[in-house]
Amino acid sequence: MTAAVEFQSVSRHFGRPNAPVKAVDAVDLTIAEGAFFAMLGPSGSGKTTCLRLISGFEKPTSGAIRIFGQDVSDVPPNRRSVNTVFQDYALFPHLNVRDNVAYGLMVKGMARRARYDRAEEMLSLVKLADYGDRKPAQLSGGQRQRVALARALVNEPRVLLLDEPLGALDLKLRETMQDELKSLQQRLGITFVFVTHDQNEALSMADSLAVFNKGKIAQIGTPAEIYAKPRTRFVADFVGSSNVLPPDLTALLGGPKQWASLRPENTRLAVPTAEASGTVTALRYLGASTRVLMQMNGTEIAVLVPAGQPLPNQGDVSGISFDAGSLHVMAVGLDGEA
Amino acid sequence: MHSERAGLGLRIAALGGLLFLHLPILLIFLYAFTTEERTYAFPPPGLTTEWFAAAWNRPDIWEAMALSLKVALIATLIAMVLGTLVSAAMSRATFFGREQISLLIILPIALPGVITGMSLRSAFGMAGIDFSTLTIILGHATFCIVIVYNNAVARFRRLSGGVMEASADLGANAFQTFWHILLPNLGTALLAGGMLAFALSFDEVIVTTFTAGQQTTLPIWMLEELIRPRQRPVTNVVAMIVFAATFLPILAAYYLTRNGSETAGGGK
Repeated sequence: MTAAVEFQSVSRHFGRPNAPVKAVDAVDLTIAEGAFFAMLGPSGSGKTTCLRLISGFEKPTSGAIRIFGQDVSDVPPNRRSVNTVFQDYALFPHLNVRDNVAYGLMVKGMARRARYDRAEEMLSLVKLADYGDRKPAQLSGGQRQRVALARALVNEPRVLLLDEPLGALDLKLRETMQDELKSLQQRLGITFVFVTHDQNEALSMADSLAVFNKGKIAQIGTPAEIYAKPRTRFVADFVGSSNVLPPDLTALLGGPKQWASLRPENTRLAVPTAEASGTVTALRYLGASTRVLMQMNGTEIAVLVPAGQPLPNQGDVSGISFDAGSLHVMAVGLDGEA
Repeated sequence: MHSERAGLGLRIAALGGLLFLHLPILLIFLYAFTTEERTYAFPPPGLTTEWFAAAWNRPDIWEAMALSLKVALIATLIAMVLGTLVSAAMSRATFFGREQISLLIILPIALPGVITGMSLRSAFGMAGIDFSTLTIILGHATFCIVIVYNNAVARFRRLSGGVMEASADLGANAFQTFWHILLPNLGTALLAGGMLAFALSFDEVIVTTFTAGQQTTLPIWMLEELIRPRQRPVTNVVAMIVFAATFLPILAAYYLTRNGSETAGGGK
């Protein structure tokens, strides 16, 4: 099977050649056809630049990008079989919703009747059937998001790019849209490439994801792999606030003398031992559980205590315990984050 | 209770100010109809419309008006093309010295006309260019560009940068993006800028004086006519025409941009 998108040692540098800003630095990446692929990372990590390299608004400084096997280095954005849902939606303010959605078909020369029929179909798909005559200014944020989605999908792209599409929505709407996007992707079978800085969003929606850090991919894998087996400190830290243990502490807790990660939900409070004990510094009530923070050997450790179990007081001295399988030893230094 | 109505003194002062500003214009209109040719005696001894016929039959007026129209139209056209291009460049690109260049573009409108006129005159002289209609047009274009630029740059700023990319992303080529996206969003701003530029050029005296050869634009003709009057009320008739030719575009521009700002603002 050909990959939908393939990066071969792709770099994108900005600024002067003698002091380049390496927005994307020698990235290798393969996105399978039909995948829901997330690019996760903090702002400035290169994920959005990668998306713009696929859409064609950025050209690689070096390396090759292939879309369904075709080298697209010299293909301008308007002739690529990809469409984008932009971060700020970028709807055309002077056109109504129907003309916005039909725009891609219009510039391809489809007759008015036919393109309006297709636009209406798409609007029903995103549950905006009766909104064709409205102007973008008359819509809510969530509705604009759906229009942007319909406007991209009407062109039947082989890859749909989504640049933080849910960032501007409030929490409840965001969750609804997450479900809808996921089911839409499964129904249409189009490859979705999704950029986000929200690890929960990436973990819950994607089939596979790449975690970006400083222009490089720190780790690539399924959400479960990345969550359970972070390869580096950065990934452990960024994807779901894991405890990162320095080698000394790992050894004290009975592991090898290496960097390791330990999930708060896999950690329990225990009777303090001579080797490893810590002072409780803070408690944060989260509803279904309470997050207990403690200082141990100079490292902050978080423990998630399920509701109903006894809680320590601030200042108490406590130890921790965990199942041997929960401690994940990391191959640090792979992204320069040792 | 705080009253919404201003005090009597303030209202009289405001009225006085308005009268002071606009009564002379009304007087110009009035004396276009007077029967007395030599002096502006008040009240006019009688009223007549014969000066309109007289103005109609004066070829020098027609020539001056044709020249003014030609200059204003061509200068506006140049300004609309260059002003739009400059505003597009300035709102898209960021480069070293961008703010300074933006100031340089706006400068001609802030510069006293005498300075613009003098510098252009000496520049044309040094370059060996004869003063002609063309030099008047170029002189006018310097400040017309600013008007168009200011209008267009404000609209560019409101137009979210993403829409141009969105258009390309959806398969439009550069011409389609310009035609379907840029022009409709920029249209009213350009029209307003063009009308203001036209009005400004049509009654310009100072820069014209410096850059004209033997040509006489309508405002220059009026100035000469006031110094050496032949049929004094004819000048007033022409003044009414100039008033209409400049005031109506400005009024139209005002309404165009007012509506534009309402619709273009929330379209993000």
